[in-house]
Amino acid sequence: MVDLSVQLSGVELKNPIIPASGTFGYGREFAELYDLNILGSFSWKGTTREARIGNPLPRIAETPSGMLNAVGLQNPGIDAVIRDEVPNIAKLFDGPIIANIGGFSVEEYAENCAKLNDIEQVKILEINISCPNVHAGGKNFGCDPSAAAEVTRAVKAVTKKPVFMKLTPNVSDIAEIALACAEAGADGICLINTLLGMRIDLRTRRPVLANRTGGLSGPAVFPVALRMVYDVFEKVKLPIIGCGGVASAEDAVEMMLAGAAAVEVGAANLKNPYACRDIIAELPAVCAKYGISDIKDIIGKAH
Amino acid sequence: MKKSLFTLEKTEKLAADVFALSFCGDTSGIVSPGRFVEIELPGKFLRRPISVADWGKGRLLLLVKEVGIGTNELVNSPIGTEFDMLTGLGNGFDISKAADNTILAGGGIGIAPLYGLARRLTQNGIFPRIALGFRSAADSFYADEFGKLGCEVRIATEDGSLGSKGFVTSLFDADKSCYVFACGPLPMLKAIHSLPCVEGGQFSFEARMGCGFGACMGCTVRTADGCKRICKDGPILFKEEIVW
Repeated sequence: MVDLSVQLSGVELKNPIIPASGTFGYGREFAELYDLNILGSFSWKGTTREARIGNPLPRIAETPSGMLNAVGLQNPGIDAVIRDEVPNIAKLFDGPIIANIGGFSVEEYAENCAKLNDIEQVKILEINISCPNVHAGGKNFGCDPSAAAEVTRAVKAVTKKPVFMKLTPNVSDIAEIALACAEAGADGICLINTLLGMRIDLRTRRPVLANRTGGLSGPAVFPVALRMVYDVFEKVKLPIIGCGGVASAEDAVEMMLAGAAAVEVGAANLKNPYACRDIIAELPAVCAKYGISDIKDIIGKAH
Repeated sequence: MKKSLFTLEKTEKLAADVFALSFCGDTSGIVSPGRFVEIELPGKFLRRPISVADWGKGRLLLLVKEVGIGTNELVNSPIGTEFDMLTGLGNGFDISKAADNTILAGGGIGIAPLYGLARRLTQNGIFPRIALGFRSAADSFYADEFGKLGCEVRIATEDGSLGSKGFVTSLFDADKSCYVFACGPLPMLKAIHSLPCVEGGQFSFEARMGCGFGACMGCTVRTADGCKRICKDGPILFKEEIVW
């Protein structure tokens, strides 16, 4: 029997597999397909203060081994999520929830997080300072160590929940940003968000995406995400949620060897709605094959 | 929604770049016309959304227009190829709204879901008028199949090489109010939507999709009834909810 349980800042997960924010909504669509209680946790759709419709269409494009999205943080707003989604999530899932929080100012991040203080099921806050698809927000905070630290401090000041900062790979040194977050009091780091990319339509000679650029995800980004998790693990002594291109149980194990304490699965859910269920089902056999009896033992063991 | 394997049984070329693909597989997820499938193609990350033209027990018909590398591979696949599909996606047409004054209006490959709709309506004793628009006679297909169902078929082509010269909108009788089921290019949908004789109707939209089942928010549009995902809350929108 393989022990798949892991811990993130004292929060117990029955296994390390977490559907990534933006690929799982607030759980409703997937609960029609399988019992969400098999999941370690799930990270809800990036939520901002105001409701957002997001960017104009098209906001999806195909790429080799992946996809671009420029959704632009479409969400119903934090108050509607608390009113309509939180009670529903409680019906669909018994485990700990990761609340992914977006913002356009330091104050907004803090305000959104403070509103979740009394929601017991939200065990971890995942602060999105890395969305490449909203202008004058998101990523700007994740590209500058002092701005990332400022958001971290502001959120930590209003919450007792563990705060994981979700970082963008679109920087010269992601470990430097992670270190700044750690020094400002972050409890963990989640990486990576999507890589900025684009496609051009040969017929129209215009970018495929109405937003011109979008975030690249899927298996194409897995080696990049893996390398960044590896780098951040060396520099920062905080739990890491590894995210980026994970599509199989083998990928999840590889991500944990690089240093991830848990693993988020994103674009794979969109291609195969049963991706997380399948990965969780395969994990014990893959662990057994590689001589792993307790999955916690392998975290960072590639170093 | 169901995820299962379908086997390609037959491919037939219908027009310059349009093919009829017949598959066998589990169609139990498809419960109304106007729904679509998401097909996984080898070497492609995103599935391809294709509307269901018709279905029966264990039998699926897709009319596919070759528009890019993915659809090119699909229409050239050897007989016997297995495809992983998500089926029963989308909301489908509400056929309870159809009456004697119903028109099914399709442009180009947009006529595909109207065929399955016409079959179900005629089975219920409703014989809608069919209005089909193509670029030219060489691009036309499936007019005979609609005719065989016992429906009156009117055709318009842009160059006048088949039927009347002009667009689908020219096939509507201005003095007769109607209820429309429409699928086709956006300008066609918009033109039909604004016809004074169209009292109500259901319009099927297409969009570039990430997942096809409502998870990624990749295809959200603004409607009079708030944000809707073309894949999950659509692809059919009612006339009164559409905002151009």
